[in-house]
Parts: sequence; structure tokens; C-alpha cells
Amino acid sequence: MIQVIDYKAGNLTSVVKALNYLGAETHITQSPDDVRGADKIVLPGVGHFRATQLLHDLQLTEATREAIARGVPFLGICVGLQWLYQGSTEADSTDGLCAFGGKCERFPATHNGAELKSPHVGWNSLEDIRPDSKLLRGIAPGSFVYYTHSWRAPVSADTAATTSYGGAFTAAVERDNVMGVQFHPEKSGDAGLQLLRNFIEL
Amino acid sequence: MLTKRIIACLDVRAGRVVKGIQFVDIIDAGDPAELAHRHAAAGADEIVLLDITATHEGRGTLIDTVKRTAEKLFIPFTVGGGIRSAEDAESVFLAGADKVSINSSAIARPELIGEIGASFGAQAVIVAIDAKRSPNAADPVGDAEVYIAGGRKPTGLRVVDWAIEAEQRGAGEILLTSMDTDGMRNGFDDELTARVSQAVQIPVIASGGAGNAQHFANVFSNAQGGGHADAALAASIFHFGITDSWALKRELQLHGIPVRL
Repeated sequence: MIQVIDYKAGNLTSVVKALNYLGAETHITQSPDDVRGADKIVLPGVGHFRATQLLHDLQLTEATREAIARGVPFLGICVGLQWLYQGSTEADSTDGLCAFGGKCERFPATHNGAELKSPHVGWNSLEDIRPDSKLLRGIAPGSFVYYTHSWRAPVSADTAATTSYGGAFTAAVERDNVMGVQFHPEKSGDAGLQLLRNFIEL
Repeated sequence: MLTKRIIACLDVRAGRVVKGIQFVDIIDAGDPAELAHRHAAAGADEIVLLDITATHEGRGTLIDTVKRTAEKLFIPFTVGGGIRSAEDAESVFLAGADKVSINSSAIARPELIGEIGASFGAQAVIVAIDAKRSPNAADPVGDAEVYIAGGRKPTGLRVVDWAIEAEQRGAGEILLTSMDTDGMRNGFDDELTARVSQAVQIPVIASGGAGNAQHFANVFSNAQGGGHADAALAASIFHFGITDSWALKRELQLHGIPVRL
């Protein structure tokens, strides 16, 4: 059973629908016990980083930490990826899970002297795909995925793929069983479905 | 590289996709779910479904249509028409929409933009603007006016001003339809699109006038005289097989426009 965490940040329907379409059983939850006992965890989310404050308030942060420590595969999507870092300048008083170092920051207003529109909305390509990534297995470099966000995570050794917009940012992050994607796999056509299938099959 | 988006639009009435020619001679163009999937398979980057009747009695049909369409659609899906409250928006999100498009209701009560955004995120709110040039004004393009009620009622608002306000109130994208070019298949209103695109930070979707690949290339162009659009929407050129998105995008690539292929 995949536990899909509901923290009132946007629409869960699309993520659940895609997982079910691929044959996975899902359960939408806000319960720390469900999260502790999960086979797999998905943390979706669009919108504002401060919504993740609810994860702390509902004691889901500690439950997630425990599940991750015993090897449960975890996938954060969009704000769900950003939550894996120390935090985001979008909501400075709300801490992330701190599974990865660094803070998420807003896209710069300009890049190489040209104005940069924000949010970054649309289909952009995956680059620098790490060959050992379990999550991105079978997804070719240059594959297009769908983004909609204004904050982004820094590139580090745990980055599994990058995308370029105002410079490179972390498109996917992966260390052992902890994974995240900044794009929306549930809205990224075949490449997105392949990624979700990879996660389901872990 | 971030690509320019091709958006296929389905005008839906009483659960069927319809296409009018100059607002009359409504032709049945098929089942929404079936057409949405056909467009997705043919390379459309997004699907927009507009409920063009948007009557209260029709809400149940719309929700059912959205559900059926969204069920196996794994690209972004926007629903518009008759969304007057955050509750209306919620019901289409729960039925499977990723974004809603609001038009007259946002003019009537601009707070609606922020109310929907507060629950579902700014990225989920598209403010649609029906625009008409003001031929007698000093600056016919810059002074283009916002119309509501399906293009029947002028509001006295300048298009550029309203786009800026919509952005400030938390809109995620602007869907700009030029009433001057709509339905003519002679090209988008590049000049007006560029004015709006340069006035806001959020993406602008151009609509009205798509006829061929050159029209899309022009509206996507960031060069002087181009439309600076981030996305472009079309309906009829896709429905009857005049072109599909893959063919269109292959042509755009030859014009140097970045597209998802």
C-alpha cells in the first residue's frame, strides 16, 4: 500500500489517479501511524512551502523520518521535493525534513542579462541523468517533463537529474530510498508514468 | 530548454465538443474524453475544456465530463466556464482538473483569483481575458479593452491593466483571446500578445486566429514584432484533422522555436 500524504496543499487527485492507473494501491492519509507502517510514501503538493508546516503540526515529520530510517521508499513531488531540504526562502520559519542540505530559493529575476519569467511553467528537458538512479531508469536524457514552480532546489551530489532554467537546478534527487522530483510525473505523459512505475516497482 | 506549449481547446456544450463558425452553425465535433486523448496522443502539451453554455443545470454534466476526460489523461488539464466561486473550482479540481480558467467571474469579483489560489496554488488559476482593440483610441493596442459575457459586454478596463492586476492578485497564467483575430485563421494578435506578455511575469497563452504553423511561429517569437507568447491555444484546426500537434511542432522546430517532440 502506498500512503499518499494529504497536507492540504493542492490537489491529490491527479497523483492518486496516475498511481492507480499503473496498478498501485493507494491510501490517502494524515495519520502518523499510517506513515510509520507504510510500504511506500508519496508526498505530493503544489503551492506554498508554508503548507508543509501542517506536516510538523500533525507529527508526520517524525513518522516520515522513522519510515525512511527503516528503508521505506519515499517520493516527494514538487513542494514535496523541496520539503526534503532544510527549508525554503518562501517560508523561512518552516523547516524542511533536512534529508538533503541547502535551502530552496526563488528563481532569479534575470539570468545572463535577460529577464527570467517566474513561475517556470511548462515542459522542460531532463539533463545529467545519473546512470545509477532507480527512479529514472529507462528515461532518456532530454525527455520532457512538466513543471510549474517558482522556487527550486540547489544542485548537489544527491541530484539525480537537472533541468536548466535560469541555470541548472535539481529536477530529481535520490539517495538510497529517499527521492524527490520537482516536476509533476503525473502530468508528464509517458516519461512521468515511467518514473511512477519505477517507484511502484521498488 | 523550456519549450513553447501547444494547447488544444475543447469547447463543450451539454457534454459534447462543438465548434461554431463565427458563433453560428454549431457543428458537433465529438466526445470530449475521446478528443482529449486523441489530442494528447497527437502531441498536444495541454488540454483546455471550456464549458461554453455553463448553465446551472449543466453543472452535473460538466463534472461528469471532466471526470471522464481526466481519468486517463496524464498531461495538464484546464477547465473553464461558469466557475463563479471557490466551491465551483473545488468541484472541478476534485473531478480531475489541474487548473481552472476564470473570466467574467474574476472581473465581477477579483478576490476570487486569490481565493482559489489559496487552496489550490497560484499555478492552478488561469485568468482568461477576452480583448478587443480600441480603434479610436490614441494607442489602439495599448488601450485594448476587456470584454465579458462571451465578448458581448465591454468593461471599460484596459487589457494590460487587468492582466497586471490579475497577476498581483495571484493568477498563475493569463489566457489572452483576441476578439479581433478569433475564428479568422489569419494569425494571432501578435502585437497585443507582446504588450501583455511584457507587462507581466507570469506566462501568457495566446488565443484566437490560429490557422497555420507560421502563425504559431510568429506569436511564439521573442524577436521584435513577435508575440512573446509562452503558449498558444487552438481549437478547430485540430478537431477536423487539419493538423496535429506533432506535425505543427516539427514545423515550428524548423522555425527555431523550442518545442516538446
